[in-house]
Order: sequence, then structure tokens, then C-alpha cells
Amino acid sequence: MATEILMPALSPTMEEGTLAKWLVKEGDAVKSGQILAEIETDKATMEFEAVDEGIVGKILVAEGSAGVKVNTPIALLVEEGESADVAPAPKAAPAAAPAPVAAKAAEPAPVAPKADTSPDWPAGTAMKTMTVREALREAMAEEMTRDGDVYLMGEEVGEYQGAYKISQGLLDQFGPKRVIDTPITEHGFAGIAVGSAFGGLRPIVEFMTFNFAMQAIDHIINSAAKTLYMSGGQMGCPIVFRGPNGAAARVGAQHSQDYSAWYAQVPGLKVAIPYSAADAKGLLKTAIRDQNPVIFLENEILYGRSFEVPDLPDFTVPFGKAKIWREGSDVTIVSFGIGVSHALDAAEKLAAEGISAEVIDLRTLRPLDTATVINSVMKTNRCITVEEGWPVASIGNHISAVLMEQAFDYLDAPVINCTGKDVPMPYAANLEKHALITPDEIVAAVKKVTYR
Amino acid sequence: MAARKPAQKSNTSGEDLLKYYRDMLLIRRFEEKAGQLYGMGLIGGFCHLYIGQEAVVVGLEAATEEGDKRITSYRDHGHMLACGMDPKGVMAELTGREGGYSKGKGGSMHMFSKEKHFYGGHGIVGAQVPLGAGLAFADQYKGNGRVTFAYFGDGAANQGQVYETFNMAALWKLPVIFVVENNQYAMGTAQKRSTSTPELYKRGEAFGIPGETVDGMDVLAVKSASEKAVAHCRAGDGPYILEVKTYRYRGHSMSDPAKYRTREEVQKMRDERDAIEHVRELILQGKHATDDDLKAIDKEIKAIVNEAAEFSKESPEPALEELWTDIYA
Repeated sequence: MATEILMPALSPTMEEGTLAKWLVKEGDAVKSGQILAEIETDKATMEFEAVDEGIVGKILVAEGSAGVKVNTPIALLVEEGESADVAPAPKAAPAAAPAPVAAKAAEPAPVAPKADTSPDWPAGTAMKTMTVREALREAMAEEMTRDGDVYLMGEEVGEYQGAYKISQGLLDQFGPKRVIDTPITEHGFAGIAVGSAFGGLRPIVEFMTFNFAMQAIDHIINSAAKTLYMSGGQMGCPIVFRGPNGAAARVGAQHSQDYSAWYAQVPGLKVAIPYSAADAKGLLKTAIRDQNPVIFLENEILYGRSFEVPDLPDFTVPFGKAKIWREGSDVTIVSFGIGVSHALDAAEKLAAEGISAEVIDLRTLRPLDTATVINSVMKTNRCITVEEGWPVASIGNHISAVLMEQAFDYLDAPVINCTGKDVPMPYAANLEKHALITPDEIVAAVKKVTYR
Repeated sequence: MAARKPAQKSNTSGEDLLKYYRDMLLIRRFEEKAGQLYGMGLIGGFCHLYIGQEAVVVGLEAATEEGDKRITSYRDHGHMLACGMDPKGVMAELTGREGGYSKGKGGSMHMFSKEKHFYGGHGIVGAQVPLGAGLAFADQYKGNGRVTFAYFGDGAANQGQVYETFNMAALWKLPVIFVVENNQYAMGTAQKRSTSTPELYKRGEAFGIPGETVDGMDVLAVKSASEKAVAHCRAGDGPYILEVKTYRYRGHSMSDPAKYRTREEVQKMRDERDAIEHVRELILQGKHATDDDLKAIDKEIKAIVNEAAEFSKESPEPALEELWTDIYA
């Protein structure tokens, strides 16, 4: 039986090619590995080797032929004494490619989505006042006590007691095996931490600031976020990457970037960004227990602020549950992280002018509690978003798109995204202030959507 | 590399020699079959074959114990077969089918096996080096006496993260063997065009990491170097660098027209330095098996590879629901 030699696929994108030159002729005996022809792909000219031994019985496609489709028979290989005229049995046509999955149909008429409105702690719980800094430290200490596989790694987390004192006392409490000072090599130690998570540990990686995590972003995204999927569910990566994010004060362009939208874009990551101390503690404990890589975005300016935190032995806050800081009826202000502080200041000013603003703190950006936002907009019919990051492809852009798709009929005004300005962060005090989002800009945006 | 000396009588048992022969042949036949399936359009995307480098993984694996870990780059099929992963599951991953190790979602460059302690299959050059040190970090933390083999190529050896890792691995005395598979070409760039310091086993000197170079076309030499490195790591003396000089017969990936080296260079390596031929000679000279015995092994390997190829064609494509699974644990 003659064997068909088929036009080979020689690159990932090749569908057809040019049979540039035959290096054998009819009647030639060929060995496995011998070069039969030169084929031009979309990328280069390649040599095409024989797989089987035999005699070239017939050349079916002449040299110089262009546009030869992959898998087209280009020659017949026969055995000694066999005629090339015996055509091989035709092969069944390949099955048609399956139809692409239809995109999910747009939601029909807007119905109030179900939002989790349960309180974060039981009524009557005793409260204690603590800073965001103390709350973060307490969350790590509690989780490290609870699980011996949890360890903290980063620059100056041990002997220095933390560049921002978040890890104060942890080295004394847990020892150098579990509180590990690293050299200043973000790319390397992030990779080591991810590898240790593959190996069964639960690392907390502190970046001195998230600006430096750009050196490590390959491991955060390619190694940590994608491996569970690429391994068909075998190899998870329980790890927390945490540290201050966004602008501090007067530290210039390279130390003042908000990465919320960057990380929120990545499937496989979870992203938490607390505003209050209670959320800092409850969300960080949840992050450390999560089986997935979590980006935990803190804020240097908030570290020293004090809040009421429930005095409970094991207080956690679930991911994907927004918090309504202030109820209102005229406009919904959606924010997260330090933006919530500005939104609450603006709401106070607006109240003085008779405008009732509802302030929603998203708390986690992935998963994102869109239900709470939609429910609020169904009540207020107006929405603005507030964030410190840049305007292009911002979290606010995404919230706007969700509202347009899922609550269009409830909007009485376009959604306005209040963001940081589309510039690198300047150093000069007056310019920096102007580059950031301010409560006055929020007030102005609210007046615009409420037509006041 | 000089031409191989005529095979000398070795002290290695016939049983071991036959195992190495079988393991290396499985990789070669498997890879040849993968190349064929690629040509037929059954395997897509990138496909980096290991043909020529078989003695590296087979020699290194010969010194491992249960529980030791391994991690490598995208040229990973050989490592998976050498650590005992099922050829059917590997081939079905290459064809993107449900029966593949990653249910068809990883592909040639991304496969894993918890059971065999194989941690991938990584597509970003050099990324597996800190990840491998991290696996060793976890073992040291647990105090379980395991070692990790972190494989990378002469191309990755110039990556910054490799040196960040050397620094920390030496500082923390991590039980990791850095295996540099020096096949002399980083894609199409010959080593002498990419570095002024080609002695890669010396690259750890600045950190106090011992290193040695070994002939990667000689499985017995690789095995004895591996034993030494493993002993160093298990004794708690920290990392070790093994530069294994090898050669890939095929292109960097399937779409490599290989214009950066001559066919004669490749042919010379195949004729004079082939690792499988070397073991074959040792077996025949030591009268550990007859030519017919080896033919029977060849036939057996061919059957295993054909079975894997059949499985990889018959296994269905993953269900569309799989698109949405395994994103979060």
C-alpha cells in the first residue's frame, strides 16, 4: 500500500505554504530523516524530512507550487516493486470545527441582583480602636499562630521590624525560620516564594511598596496566577503578595503608582484593597487562608489611621462583599482603598448642600461585588466612581461598563469616573496635590450627575 | 566536544545499562513521534523536542530518590518521561486533549504531576530557577531531606533572576541542584555570541556555589556527577551547579529553519557522540544483551509510543465547560 506524504505544518500559524523545491525525484529510495523538499512557510524556508523509508512513487505537487494547504498529499511513497498508481484509500474529511461558544446573552430586563447585606460582625460585639498598621500585624500574627506553614518573607520584615513597621515584633514571636529578611531582589524572592507555595507552604510576601513588585510581576502573573489552570487543577499557589500601593506623599513618579486596575485584570488572582482597620484585618486573614494567589493592596497614608475593630478571637471578612459606609438616596459613590476616605469627605460636604450620597467600598476588586453597586444605582439612579489610579482602563471604567450593560434603564445620567490625572506623579507639592483625586472633584462630579 | 572514545567496559550493571537504554530510547522515539504529529497538524503551537539530550535527564534521574522534585523549562517532554510520567498523558496534552496531564489546558510547555513531583513545564526563560529554589525552600522548611533539580539552558543562564536565586540559595543553603543543560544554542544564538564567559559551571563561584561540568552525551558520567551533587545537597551543604554539555539534534522548536548551524555539525554529533548509541555499545561489548534483545526493546518502546500516539488522537477534546474550571482553587 502506498503511503501518502502530506504537506506538513511547520510553524504554529502555518495553514498553507509553497513547495519551493523537491530534493528527490520519482524512483528515488529515501531513508527516514532524509530531506525530501524545501518548503516555504509563513515564517521561513524549512527543510522537510522523510518519516518513513520507501521509494518515491509519485510526486503529486510540483515544485514551485504556492498555496499548498497543510495535509494535502504531495507525494506517494511506495515499497519496492509496488505501483504508484494504486491510490491510497481516501481519508474521511476532518470533522468540522465546533462552533464557537455563543457569548452569554445580555441580561434581560434588570432585576435586582442578590447582594450579601449581612453585617460583618454580630450586633453588640465589643470593639477596640486600632490603627490599620496594628490590624495588619495582628492578622499576620494570628494566622501564623494558627498555621505553621504560613511564613513572612520580604525586605526588612525581620530585624528592621518592617520598613513601615507592619511586621513589628513578628521576628521575636516566630523566629527567623518564619520571618525571613531577603536581599533586595524582588524578582528572585517572589519566584522563590511562589515555588515554596507549589511545594506546600503558604507564604506572605511583603513588597516594600508595590512599585517594586513590577520587578516580580512575571512571577505574580505567569507563575502564581496561571499555574492552577495550566496544570488542569493540580498545582495551586496559596500566597499573599502585600504592601503599600499608590501614592504616599512627595516621593515622585516611580514610588507613587496605583496598581489596582493592573492586578484586577488578571484571572487567577484575587485582589483585596482595604480602607479601614477592621477590613485590613479581616480581609488579610481571609487572604492568608485562601488557596489562591491574593494581591493585597495597602496604603501608606492609611497605615496610621485609627478605626474601630471588632474584638473577636477570629474575625474575618469574606472576599467579594462590598461595604456600604454611608447610605444615601441621590447618588452612589463607588470607591476602594484610600478613595473611600475622599468619598466619605465628599459625602459629608454634599450632605451640607442637601445631596444624599451612598458610599460603597468595594473592598475586593476580584472578585467584584457588582450586585451591591447595581442595587444601589437602582435606588439612586446616578453613579460616580472614585480611585487614585490613572483614568485609562481604570476600575471605574469597568464599573461604568457593568452598569451600562446591567442597569442601563436605571441610569438618569452618565457615570463619571473620578480618577488620578493621566500624568506620572510630580514631586512639587502643588502639582502632586493636583495630580491626585480630591473631595472637591468628587463633589463637582456629583453635582454634574445630579444636575445641580 | 571530542569524538567519543571507543566504549570502555564499565562497572555499571547490565540491568542499569539496559534501563538507561530503554529510558533514553523512549524519549527519542516519543519525540520523533511528536514531531510527526506536529507535521500532521495534530499538535499545535510551540513544540520543543529533546532529541539528542536524552542522557541528561536519564543520568540525573538515576541518582534521585522518591520525593525529590524536578522543574524545568518548556523543553520538558524528556523530563516528564524520565521521572515516570505516563507517555499517554504527555502525548495527549501535546494534542490538547482531555486525557492530557493538564486536561489539554497546558500544552507542550505546561505539564505537571504532583504524584511524580514534577513541577512543570515553564514557558518564561529562567522563571523555573527561582521556582525550583522555592521548592527546595519548602523542603528545607519541612526538614524532609528532599532535593530539587532545577533545570535550565545555556540561554537562561544569562537571566538576572538566575543570579538573584544563586545568591539566596547559597545564603540559605537550599537543597537545590542547578542543572544547566548547555546544548550550545539559545534558540539560534550560539553560546559564544551570547556570553564572554562560557564556563557556566563557574557562574556560582561569586556566591560560593560549587560547580562542575560533565559530558552530557555520556549517561554514566551524568549519573555519577548527579550522585555527587545530590550527596552535597542532602548533607545540608547548600546548592550545587552541574553544567551538562549536550546537543539538540532538532531545531529550537518545530518552526526553526536552523540556519545558524550546518547540517554537517549536527550529523557529526549524531554519528560520533550519540548517547543512546554509546550505551548500546556498552551493553553489547559487556555482553549484557544480544542484538536481538535490543531489537526486542526497540519494538517494545515503539509499541508504547504508538499506543501513546493513538491515545492522544482518540482522547476527546476537553469539554467546553473546562474553559471555566481551574481558575481558582
